[in-house]
Amino acid sequence: MIFIGERINGSFKDIGRAILEKEKKPVQDWAKKQKERGATYLDVNMGAASRNPDDQAWLVKTIQEAVPTPLSIDSTNIEVIKAGLAATDGRPMLINSTTAEEKKLDQLIPLAVEYNTSIMGVAMDEEGSPQNVDRRVENGARIFAAATEAGIPEEKIFLDPILMPLKFMQDQAEKVLETIQQYTMLSDPPPHISVGLSNLGSKAVDRNLINRTFLVMAIAFGLDASICDVMDEELISAVATAELILNKEIYSDSYLKAFRMKTFA
Amino acid sequence: MAVKIPEMKQKWPHKANTITIGATQEEGGTRTSTITVGGETALPFYHFEGEMPHPPVVAIEVWDIPPDDWPDPVREPFEEVSNDPGEWARKCVEEYGADLICLRLKGCDPHGANHSPEDAVQAAQRILKSVGVPLIVWGCGNDEKDNDVFPQLAEAVSGENCLLGTIKQDNYKTLTALCTAYGHKLIAESPVDINIAKQVNILALDAGFPLENIVIYPTSGALGYGIEYVYSIMERTRIGGLRGDQAMAMPILCDIGIEVWKTKEARATQEEIPEWGDASKRGSLWEATTAYVYLLAGADVLILRHPEAVQAVQTVIKKLMGGGS
Repeated sequence: MIFIGERINGSFKDIGRAILEKEKKPVQDWAKKQKERGATYLDVNMGAASRNPDDQAWLVKTIQEAVPTPLSIDSTNIEVIKAGLAATDGRPMLINSTTAEEKKLDQLIPLAVEYNTSIMGVAMDEEGSPQNVDRRVENGARIFAAATEAGIPEEKIFLDPILMPLKFMQDQAEKVLETIQQYTMLSDPPPHISVGLSNLGSKAVDRNLINRTFLVMAIAFGLDASICDVMDEELISAVATAELILNKEIYSDSYLKAFRMKTFA
Repeated sequence: MAVKIPEMKQKWPHKANTITIGATQEEGGTRTSTITVGGETALPFYHFEGEMPHPPVVAIEVWDIPPDDWPDPVREPFEEVSNDPGEWARKCVEEYGADLICLRLKGCDPHGANHSPEDAVQAAQRILKSVGVPLIVWGCGNDEKDNDVFPQLAEAVSGENCLLGTIKQDNYKTLTALCTAYGHKLIAESPVDINIAKQVNILALDAGFPLENIVIYPTSGALGYGIEYVYSIMERTRIGGLRGDQAMAMPILCDIGIEVWKTKEARATQEEIPEWGDASKRGSLWEATTAYVYLLAGADVLILRHPEAVQAVQTVIKKLMGGGS
């Protein structure tokens, strides 16, 4: 499982303030904490706090001072993504994200090639977020084709079928599961398949339970990555158990410990 | 029409751990050579898929008492030296080409000669004095006695970077602590059970012992005696390690002589079973053939007894590594 730690996001008050006041400590603390909990990537998202590319560059450099973890440069703004990539020290990176919109693909895929990064493709198109399986699959396939045509190997392509809040759009999660299964058939080996997990439980009382249960189900359908709260111990344990049940890990009585050992590597 | 054959080579994201046994004078020991095994980036001898930077090695077994229960074909080559572990080891190295020596503390068995920890230390020291290769020391198998012997032994051979064993799921704390304190490597034993193999490693790690200093002993069976179970466990262990399971990425040790020379096929005399042929050749062939199987399953360290088996196995290793013909 590829865990993309979600916590360095300007929508959280402490991070938002840190970005505006150039306060390194909260950012670096969250970088270290998420790394310790096994984050494969750290998502770097300024959220609503700033749209200034210089702030993104500062954020990336600040995180790099604290941890060696690969970064996921998360923005809808191309200039912000460019600034983030330009600030990196050569560690593995993930562009998060392109959509299936031609304009976006034309801008972001060459960037992924230039910086030799992975790229996340969200199954949105010119008309917004799809509500059905077919368009999710079509958009994912379009992104996948554009990326492979540009020479990006499968293992550097992530597809995100878009999770919606369960509380408000209850029919969508099931469609996401079906989409995941279809994505696994795009190629052999398939691309990585990821969701922004916390979106699902948004505003729900039992959000952690909802997120955790979905993640376990999605893993069974072929999901292998997630932007999520890596501080949620029960979430990590559930993933470890799901991978065990799917025979992706060798059982031992201390399999939870073994899983964390592996994640931390 | 040209047919495009798809690329079927397997690339693994990780590799097996590398481990070094023995320490030279510069490294704080007295060995004239050290042994490094592991580091594989593909399945055994798949040189077309990855690297096997270190060939598997052969240890020859030496006891701290004369091996009276060994059948004649394997006892006779050592008959003149079996009263002295030092001379026995010297013969193994100088005449039979052992890469390292495995001292089995059979004499410490409380149901046998019941040697003292001091006796065990003396046996180990005699070997260290008479040969320059690295040393494996294997307890008598009685947990209580081994926990009594190893504290003195591990200290007495400190600096030599020995490989000591074994730890098990229900007896790992003493030896793990000793190997940490005196800088030795560990053999982690499991009873033909991959889940326990993994568990023992995690227990050792939990006790503060680095996984990189562990060699897995998944229990060995002789040819015809469950070898296929061990084979599949070894293969799955290695695949786990190559996929990135750190608790499975260890080099693997196979204790072969002891298993083979228990079997009827190795022990029966020609008088007993004439159709099985020459007993003086049969046992060593059985031993070598068992070893070949384990080489293909992923063995990094093989413990053997019969000099002819040792020679045959070393020849095969050379060939499989791409040397010789």
